[in-house]
Amino acid sequence: MRAEMTPEKRKEYWKSNLRLLAVLLTIWFVVSYGFSILLVEPLNQFYLGGYPLGFWFAQQGSIYVFVAIIFVYAAMMNKLDEKFDVGE
Amino acid sequence: MTPLDIWTYVIVGSTFALYIGIAIWARAGSTSEFYVAGGGVHPVANGMATGADWMSAASFISMAGMIAFNGYGGSVFLMGWTGGYVLLALLLAPYLRKFGKFTVPEFIGDRYYSQSARVVAVISLLVASIVYVIGQMTGIGVAFGRFLGVSYEMGIFAGMGIVAVYAILGGMKGITYTQIAQYIVLILAYTIPAIFISLQLTGNPLPQLGLGAEYRPDGVPSGISLLAKIDQVVTDLGFKEYTTSMMGSKLNMFAYTMSLMIGTAGLPHVIIRFFTVPKVADARYSAGWALVFIAILYTTAPAVGAMARLNLMETIQIGPVGEETGNLLYTERPDWFERWEVTGLLRFEDKNNDGRIQYYDDTNPEFAARAAEWGWQGNEMVRVDNDIMVLANPEIANLPNWVIALTVAGGLAAALSTAAGLLLAISSAISHDLLKGVLKPDISEKQELNAGRWSMVAAIALAGYLGLHPPGFAAGTVALAFGLAASSLFPALMLGIFAKRMNNTGAIAGMITGLIITLIYVFQHRGIMFIPGTAFLEPLGMSPNWFFGITPEAFGMIGAIANFAVALVVSKFTAPPPEHIQHLVEDVRVPRGSGPAPHLSAALEH
Repeated sequence: MRAEMTPEKRKEYWKSNLRLLAVLLTIWFVVSYGFSILLVEPLNQFYLGGYPLGFWFAQQGSIYVFVAIIFVYAAMMNKLDEKFDVGE
Repeated sequence: MTPLDIWTYVIVGSTFALYIGIAIWARAGSTSEFYVAGGGVHPVANGMATGADWMSAASFISMAGMIAFNGYGGSVFLMGWTGGYVLLALLLAPYLRKFGKFTVPEFIGDRYYSQSARVVAVISLLVASIVYVIGQMTGIGVAFGRFLGVSYEMGIFAGMGIVAVYAILGGMKGITYTQIAQYIVLILAYTIPAIFISLQLTGNPLPQLGLGAEYRPDGVPSGISLLAKIDQVVTDLGFKEYTTSMMGSKLNMFAYTMSLMIGTAGLPHVIIRFFTVPKVADARYSAGWALVFIAILYTTAPAVGAMARLNLMETIQIGPVGEETGNLLYTERPDWFERWEVTGLLRFEDKNNDGRIQYYDDTNPEFAARAAEWGWQGNEMVRVDNDIMVLANPEIANLPNWVIALTVAGGLAAALSTAAGLLLAISSAISHDLLKGVLKPDISEKQELNAGRWSMVAAIALAGYLGLHPPGFAAGTVALAFGLAASSLFPALMLGIFAKRMNNTGAIAGMITGLIITLIYVFQHRGIMFIPGTAFLEPLGMSPNWFFGITPEAFGMIGAIANFAVALVVSKFTAPPPEHIQHLVEDVRVPRGSGPAPHLSAALEH
């Protein structure tokens, strides 16, 4: 049995988790709601091949970013678990 | 029987034989490792199975059609149904796995130390899941109607029978390998026609790239991109420009996407999958892998939609717009056209009696006036159901018969697997959470099982009946289900983990508020329980989408905001949760010490 986590450690672990969530959810929001909806017209002035850029984000790009966000989160959290020694 | 019929029966029949065969084979060796979800199932395999579970008739049959006719506006489905996985993976899955319970109402009941909270969660779950099944029935009606060459209504009846048998045989659901087979059938059925068509139109085999490539019909360069070509073809006939047409206002698109995202994270039949992975870390990765497999279909769908739209327009408008010979003679319509007319989902009406088909946007006053000068007297394609596009797509593009047959098999795999999963969620909510958990704790296991079966039969009958007059296309109906889950369950789950101070009164008040205002808004527009003629907008003197132009499908975001707000305010003024609940929340936040995963089939049976 490893020792119980101290309340301070617990707090610190949770804070690091929340910080990571804030960063990743900001990216999530900017790509989908920002680039693909709110800013779609200005971005459509640019092209990615035959794709207007805003349209590309809405129908392709955002999905790729979502996948990346989840894997980055999983990897970072695993590291955090190790650092705080709370993994399984 | 035509060669196409034979192909269809052979392919649909052999895929069904495959699913059943795997199920029987897996059952024979009861100790086999893949039967134990807690053991050998790799996160990649689990992700693939989750993908099959998740992608329903709405994703497979309906979504690309919505994109075809809404263009850019259809993006709400693409982002909504994938972005929700981010919320699920970051905000819910790992914590719910740590908590280690079988069902979503169980978590809510325990976290909020209240049987009433559990009952409210069960009701929310039932409402959302039944609406979801109606959407599946719509898709099944389309697929079976076309497959058997009967009307949409007959297609629904046939579908109800098959879903009943499929779901009651039941156990099949718990076997990851059956779902992997379903995923493979489904993804091949979706991508193979897309690759063929992308090659035909752009010379690029990858639909994701083809959509952004140059338009090269049969290899002849045209000098413009495929998307520019589509924009030109649709605007030439008065339709809105493909790449910029919105779905309602910008606010509506925002709300629509948000509703689908938080609904994804609140739908019990998806969440359940993360209860059964071996470790908390696996719950994080499983969501990622699931999204990878979902993304293969979701990034192909925009190409399927766009290319189907172009092919459809070019089939009917065969020459310059405005010249008599520019329009196809009805007597020369292709075979697929006739086959879909049988289902009633495609209908032509020769308004100006010239024997030719005029397909244009007659709601565009400027273009309608021009069209009148050519002797056009209104759009003659009086019905082009969005939901037929994916299934008709390979036929429109003249692909080989086996590809067309494969698409039908894929559509059925998608619809049946999700419908069966939802029905299990419904029956477990009634038998396990409501009967055993609250109303009659002393019933025997056998009685519990029987109650589950009967509730499944009742749910199929109800959903089939309501599916005869669906409130929208399959994807639209399913979107309503997501809105309901978003407004009721998601906030309670999230607050349960992230707000230690959230108490029972707050959570219950929040869930009830969210669910009720969303239901009222939806029923007001689409009818009480979607029964035609019971919508109550006009009697109240209200215009459609009166709340800032937000459509009922997009209203889930408003319901969720109300839920969060009411929950936070009410809990602030009522007693904090007891000490042991606060400890429980602290404990859920740390991965160490999660118990063994419940057996997947056990979780589903419960």
